[in-house]
Amino acid sequence: MTGSQDGTRLARVMGKGWLTPVLAVLTVGSLAILAVLGLWVAPPDALQGDAQRLMYVHVPVVMVAYLAFGVTTLASVLYLWKRTRHPQWDRLAAASAEIGVLTTALTLALGSLWGRPVWGVWWTWDARLVTTAVLLFLYLGYLALRRTISDPDVRARRSAFAALIAFVDVPIVHYSVEWWRSLHQESTLLPDGRLDPQIEGDMLIALLWGIGALLITYAYLLVQRYRLAALEEGFEGRALEAAIAERRAEADPEPATVGAS
Amino acid sequence: MTVLGRFPALSGVDLDVMEGDAVLLSGPNGAGKSTLLRLIAGLVPLTGGEGQVLGRDLARDRRSFRAEVALLGHDTFCYDDLTAAENLRFHARAAGRPKAVADAVLERVGLGRSANVAHRLLSAGQKRRLALGVVLAREARLLLLDEPHAGLDAPGREILDGAIADAKASGRTVIVASHELEQVRALVGREVVMAGGHASGGLVAEPDGDLVGV
Amino acid sequence: MRRLVSELALVAGKDLRIEARSRVTTNQVLPFAGMVLLLFAFALDPDRGLLPRVAPGLFWVATLLAGLLAVSRAFAIEGENGARDGLRLSGLDPAAVYLGKAASVTLQLLALEAVLAAGMFLLYDVEVANVGLLVLSAGLATAGVAAAGSVYGALAAGLRVRETLLPLLLLPVVAPVMLGATRAWEAALSGAPSEAWPWVQVMAVFAVIYTALGVVAFGPLMEES
Repeated sequence: MTGSQDGTRLARVMGKGWLTPVLAVLTVGSLAILAVLGLWVAPPDALQGDAQRLMYVHVPVVMVAYLAFGVTTLASVLYLWKRTRHPQWDRLAAASAEIGVLTTALTLALGSLWGRPVWGVWWTWDARLVTTAVLLFLYLGYLALRRTISDPDVRARRSAFAALIAFVDVPIVHYSVEWWRSLHQESTLLPDGRLDPQIEGDMLIALLWGIGALLITYAYLLVQRYRLAALEEGFEGRALEAAIAERRAEADPEPATVGAS
Repeated sequence: MTVLGRFPALSGVDLDVMEGDAVLLSGPNGAGKSTLLRLIAGLVPLTGGEGQVLGRDLARDRRSFRAEVALLGHDTFCYDDLTAAENLRFHARAAGRPKAVADAVLERVGLGRSANVAHRLLSAGQKRRLALGVVLAREARLLLLDEPHAGLDAPGREILDGAIADAKASGRTVIVASHELEQVRALVGREVVMAGGHASGGLVAEPDGDLVGV
Repeated sequence: MRRLVSELALVAGKDLRIEARSRVTTNQVLPFAGMVLLLFAFALDPDRGLLPRVAPGLFWVATLLAGLLAVSRAFAIEGENGARDGLRLSGLDPAAVYLGKAASVTLQLLALEAVLAAGMFLLYDVEVANVGLLVLSAGLATAGVAAAGSVYGALAAGLRVRETLLPLLLLPVVAPVMLGATRAWEAALSGAPSEAWPWVQVMAVFAVIYTALGVVAFGPLMEES
């Protein structure tokens, strides 16, 4: 079932032919401009030097990660709620979760790269880092669960619950980890773990542009992934129908009509 | 039309069964008899057409009438580590019946002497009897029996036939899916033939009394 | 309400009776947890005086791993002989089935923890200042792990890869419980119970939220398996 056959608003939006080329151009363009802004236009930080430039990607990526998981949760709720139940929400949730996991991993990697020259270590047990790491595992589990279920309806329902349960946990994890780390400032080598330098002028522009560029990138990836999922389901459906027709032919000599689902 | 998930297993089923009826579902393998029974039991979702079981809507309320329905399928629904008696007591009490009912049923299906034998250690024939016992211990209004004679020895079959006759006599509804046409035809009031997911052969239903229909 | 409680007791009783008969928790899971504690000692060298300091953390890691096995077992039971369908057909309230299973896992884990803790206090040479806090925090932590575990048990039920999927699903979620239980036990051992109060709260909130989630989600999850 492709988007254009669904007839629902989301599907119609996703199905628009001009969507991907436009988003692709916007994505590449805005990322290119971000590179220019981040690497040349913005001045190096007084304390951290050029390493701080990673912030223009790192911070937007974190925001996209949380946005992506938020979308996953919202889509899961919409799927579970009877009045709005539709496979499109499941597809959206899964697509967004994949991007979320990708960006969370990217966040940790970029943070690590940024932290190394500034702190001298690849990792620190800062509250936000730990929470982000737990977040990564939470949604890796979500994706693993999806991969092991083949029935689309069972998969959609169980993943929707899994997404909700994971989401409910995030504030609890955040609070408890923060409390934990605030009690244990063991290392005097490392600063409080906060990397944000003073932001103003050109740096602020670069950061804001970065957020915008990453949001567009997210939208582009989301649309592509959503469409891919819709195509995959269509393919699975046809293969299943072929298998059913074969089984029917065995049991019943007359060709029985195979109903559309 | 009824669709199982995305799997069309039943289509064009038009069936009316009155409370107190005893019906035989016959037909070749793959005709959808098991699926129909599971559908009536509320295990499988109804995704096309409409249906009512014991006055409750199949599409919306399929959990609500489960306490009044008992299904005898290919599994025994029992726990390997519990004894025959413990399994029966559990299922009886889950259906709201007292322990005494379970103990009585245990005797009735001829497992009195194996009461304290773990399910794991029972023979295949004994397990089938226990499965029948689970159905009887629930004292349900509607009995759905899927190939009940399969795996039973001669005394077991007698017990089964007796149980079906008793159920009819006490006003319960029985639907039996079976290949044992001769044996079951003698026990039931009518027969519905299924093939390729279709069913035909309904009687006109009287307006009085509860309607069990699909 | 009374019916919910009696159904809950029926399900919990069944699970506990199966455990009494098969002795999986006592004969397999408990020794496993004990072995984990021993392995920690191999890893951390008892002579350096480190073990008493890290005892709470190691205990809760071992208990969490045992909890994974206990939850997995609780749902493996329902895989035999179509028992899962049997539960659906039984007409039992799914909330009662959930609560009964979670209760059974909680009780089994608590018994395991009692034995494990006794063993650990001996092995690692640990002294306890505040037993009440120890018991309270253990109870809350266990209830939380059992509640969340039972939801994920239902999520992963019937899947071929359940054994490897369940740890990945459950461990990140119970991270706050792990934190809370360890900190609370540290406070109980060192005799500073007031420090434990926020952690007790976190664990209580966790247990309540996940029990509520389980009660709501278990019914729909049981269907269309």
